[in-house]
Amino acid sequence: MSTLPPVGSAPGYRARNTLPLRVEAVRQLKRRRTLITAAVLAALPFVLIAAFAIGGDPERGRGRITLIDTATASGLNFATACLFVSAGFVLVVPVALFAGDTVASEANWSSLRYLLAAPVPRARLLLSKLVVALVFSAAAMVLLPLVALVAGSVAYGWGDLILPTGGSLPAGTAAARIALVVGYLFVGQLVTAGLAFWLSTVTDAPLGAVGGAVGLTIVGNVLDAVTALGDWRELLPAHWQFAWINALQPELERGAMIKGAAVSVAFALVLFALAFRHFRNKDVVS
Amino acid sequence: MDIRMRRRMPGFRWRLAAGAAALAALVGTAAVPPAQAADGDPGVNVESRRLALPQSPGSDDRVRIDTSYYTAGDTGRRPAVLLGHGFGGSKKDLDTEARRLAQHGYAVLTWSARGFGRSTGKIGINDPHNEGNDVRRLIDWLARQPEVQLDHRGDPRVGVTGASYGGAASLLAAGYDDRVDAIAPQNTYWNLADALFPNGVFKKMWAGFFFTTGSFGTALGGNTAAGAPAPSSRTDTGCGRFEKPLCAMYQRVASSGKPDDEARRMLEARSPSAVGDRIDVPTLIFQGQSDSLFPLSNADAMAKKIKSNGAPVSVDWLAGGHDGGDQETDRVRARVTHWFDRYLKGDRTADTGPPFRVSRSGGVDTTDGRARLRGATGSRYPGLDGTATRTIPLTGREQHVENPAGATPPAISGMPGAGGFDRLAAIGGGVAVDYPGQTATFQSRPLKQAVRLTGSPAARVHVKAPDGAVLFAKVYDVGPNGQQLLPSHLVTPVRISGAEQGRTLELRLPPVDHEFAAGHRMRLALAATDLAYSSPAEPATYSVSLDRPALTVPTAPGVRTDPASSSLPWWVWGLPAGGALVAAGILLTGRRRITAPGADPGLADVPLVIDGLTKRYARSEDRYAVQDLSFRVERGQVLGLLGPNGAGKTTTLRMLMGLIRPDGGDIRVFGHPVVPGAPVLSRVGAFVEGAGSLPHLTGRANLDLYWKATGRPAADARVEEALEIAGLGDAVDRPVRTYSQGMRQRLAIAQAMLGLPDLLILDEPTNGLDPSQIREMREVLVRYAADGRTVIVSSHLLAEVEQCCTHLVVMDRGRLVTAGPVTDITGDGGDTLAVGVAGGPPSQVVLDKVAALPGVASADVTETGMLVRLDGVSAHAFLAELVRLEIPVDRLGTEHRLEHAFLTLIGGSA
Repeated sequence: MSTLPPVGSAPGYRARNTLPLRVEAVRQLKRRRTLITAAVLAALPFVLIAAFAIGGDPERGRGRITLIDTATASGLNFATACLFVSAGFVLVVPVALFAGDTVASEANWSSLRYLLAAPVPRARLLLSKLVVALVFSAAAMVLLPLVALVAGSVAYGWGDLILPTGGSLPAGTAAARIALVVGYLFVGQLVTAGLAFWLSTVTDAPLGAVGGAVGLTIVGNVLDAVTALGDWRELLPAHWQFAWINALQPELERGAMIKGAAVSVAFALVLFALAFRHFRNKDVVS
Repeated sequence: MDIRMRRRMPGFRWRLAAGAAALAALVGTAAVPPAQAADGDPGVNVESRRLALPQSPGSDDRVRIDTSYYTAGDTGRRPAVLLGHGFGGSKKDLDTEARRLAQHGYAVLTWSARGFGRSTGKIGINDPHNEGNDVRRLIDWLARQPEVQLDHRGDPRVGVTGASYGGAASLLAAGYDDRVDAIAPQNTYWNLADALFPNGVFKKMWAGFFFTTGSFGTALGGNTAAGAPAPSSRTDTGCGRFEKPLCAMYQRVASSGKPDDEARRMLEARSPSAVGDRIDVPTLIFQGQSDSLFPLSNADAMAKKIKSNGAPVSVDWLAGGHDGGDQETDRVRARVTHWFDRYLKGDRTADTGPPFRVSRSGGVDTTDGRARLRGATGSRYPGLDGTATRTIPLTGREQHVENPAGATPPAISGMPGAGGFDRLAAIGGGVAVDYPGQTATFQSRPLKQAVRLTGSPAARVHVKAPDGAVLFAKVYDVGPNGQQLLPSHLVTPVRISGAEQGRTLELRLPPVDHEFAAGHRMRLALAATDLAYSSPAEPATYSVSLDRPALTVPTAPGVRTDPASSSLPWWVWGLPAGGALVAAGILLTGRRRITAPGADPGLADVPLVIDGLTKRYARSEDRYAVQDLSFRVERGQVLGLLGPNGAGKTTTLRMLMGLIRPDGGDIRVFGHPVVPGAPVLSRVGAFVEGAGSLPHLTGRANLDLYWKATGRPAADARVEEALEIAGLGDAVDRPVRTYSQGMRQRLAIAQAMLGLPDLLILDEPTNGLDPSQIREMREVLVRYAADGRTVIVSSHLLAEVEQCCTHLVVMDRGRLVTAGPVTDITGDGGDTLAVGVAGGPPSQVVLDKVAALPGVASADVTETGMLVRLDGVSAHAFLAELVRLEIPVDRLGTEHRLEHAFLTLIGGSA
């Protein structure tokens, strides 16, 4: 029976009980980077509210029409505007941070070897860390629009989502669409998470993993700007990073989001596998 | 906002841009890059000829018509297809499509119509005597080609297709020439007079584009202008390549702003409607929903007439049209090909598609800015009256509508040919402007449920206009917040006369396919002006009221939207599946085969056996960190692992913890081989190479979480005992980042002792401890082993292991030097004395005498005297003997016995 302890182990030891998610979450939760990230994300909507209060309502921009134009129309509008300004970078950094820092910082603290000697099986250690990093990333992505929605509703009232191009979405539909957007953003960032996580197993320098992931994300954006690449750009995760705007129109258009999710998931699977493969064989010398 | 600003200042630039867009739409295939030279893909044979055709039937004058003839494959006979181009274009626009059809087994003939491209002659707008006759001659020519299949002598099997101008040519060909077997007109007109003068109102913007394009050659057309000769004559005022009567007609109507009967007759005579009775071949009609030039009513008239002649007809409402938007080029081409396969090749398996299809917006994809489309199909064409109707009550009192002097500023419904409106509309925008006081509006209550309008709604209004009027009727979709949207940006103009005392008007509003969402309202608006049309310049006031307070809305419930997602490319599913496969490959390969031997029950009580352990330095073949190391540790021992820095102690301990993998040899803990994560490691507590705690947590939380990470029962942890050993006091509840080096070290040792492991490994445990703590630590270790547990202490300091270890393993440069009980290594355990001799080392004679003394085990010479090992004699008595031998002793002390042994063993200084 699987409940019997493995032969030779200490009483009560079972590999599948090691490093439970709850324990890993507590280990990570009180870190300054976690608290600061949460604080920054929660503060961002208030900064924007203050900016609009000082600078007046956003003007309809010359040239591109963006979600900022209607930011102060309702709480829902404000939440989408916050997503719009943060999707490109502000939400990338927490994901890179949570996924890229998780193994590398343990190596940096030298606590990694004690976990492995406990012994926490390597695959199990990675899995726990990956799940917790993804949960933290998801929480970061929910936190920002949630705070923005609450703060925005207090500041600008609860109402329909006014679309910058004209038209509107009823509040109930819009709230569901925003949930879909957050879900898509999360799936879209899986590739960043995968990259950061893999780098995290390769380097012992936490900043290297985080910076590397953010840097490569920027490279992806640059490549996507090279129109000469044509259809090949569709294979770049960065190509789809704003596909979620398709959810904020009267007729929901899923195609681009499905494509973006497909690209991101495909890359992420490979990168996660690389992380597991590398860590499995690694000599831990930190 | 941007668009509106530019609209209010109709300057040269936007007119040019709009004109170019209009042309692009007219050409119909403008999305396709300009055709390549004739030597494109292999397999298609292209012959270009300029055929000399009579100016008109029976005429001796000749025009030269530029043609290209495309064939591919074997020499067998095949059906022919005539491809006509759009207004302002030329045969070059059709090259891609012609090649495709040729490869698909058709003989394809493209031609530049009179006045376009390299063809000579004047534009007669499909004059049956001119352009119409040309097409008949082209069919004659086709009948003479050896590749072309013939129904009879001189009668080829031939289909005609084309967009806009070319589409009308296909209808006219079918009307004037019985030899035509099937047609597929796209985005074209049934009655050009109705299209340019709807209900007697001059469609000035479109007519302007139309005639300007013909007057100035193809200069506005951008890519289609390549190689075109300059307009033949610039002396006619603005008439360019048009036949003079047509040009004069246009100038007359455009100047007066009001079409006359002569103008109507002229255009009607050139329209397919003139030969409507004679079009009786299978017809596939495409018509754009975004088309203010040739709206859906053209297709409706075509379909009704041709169907009544007994021919099969399918109607396909495209998303785009002359106003721009998605022209669905690929889908149109595919469907035309199937149509011809069925009716020219006689392939009964060819799927000609549903009798009615409409492209509906599925929203816009912002990543490429294109509106995604979903098809809706019906088993029969519902017409513009729908297969059912809904009556939507409207309210609104009688209103006065001011016609502004000069008809300015005009209301804006859409921008002819500007394009992209469908896109804006799909994302909830678009521009539509009505000026207050110049528009009468009648509104419904919010709809309880969504209504999809498919067709042309009807309303009945009462208008009082003393001097006649022109009104523009439209139906807005009004959102809950008052935002209004004009479906397809279409209006119906009406000219009203004889309404001095008021007149009741039956209005047919623009035909569209549009869903009004639940909660939205329908708003009927009647405006006095519209940017795209001519309306009276004299100021006037009309009064408008509802004669029947309702809007009759045609619906087609039988037309159902096809399920989406069929348009997703294969890689949407293929890529993640491929990613999963690659991931699986990555995980399943490259696994280091661990030839882990099974557990050895005979060693179950032996804490540690190391056998032949070898580890090379990274990227090195012959430099060893540990080489062929073997030793054994028994229960209850305190083993000292001794060696200078770099001897390989730490590397050995890392392998023992499963952190790095040996290149050879075997480590067994309680009989179980050690591999990374081996469960038996749970019986080992380790402190190797410094502390490793989470700096942001307190000491207590660190211990607590570490134990939880092992997954073992909390009761087994013995946290208090471990904390007592650590001796952190109150600091245990402070974050570790505030700790000193020694405190961190003690915390880490306490962590290693959690759960009182059977084998405790401590690497340099006394670093950073003060002398009293070192003494305590020694006592702790001795007590720990006394309970039958085992301790391994590694150190490069002799003093440390000497005083608490029972056994020793000495390593140097990765190799085992010696192993065994401390006493074995240091000798019998007796005292060793260093004897300082005045005057330097004693002679060998003296040394022998000393060695011979009773109770002396050995005597060796040193730099300053002798090193003597006593065996059964006290130091005191020994000193007396030395004095008796008259040796000048100036110093006597206990020598560091282990250090001596150690130095002796490794043969050098530590």
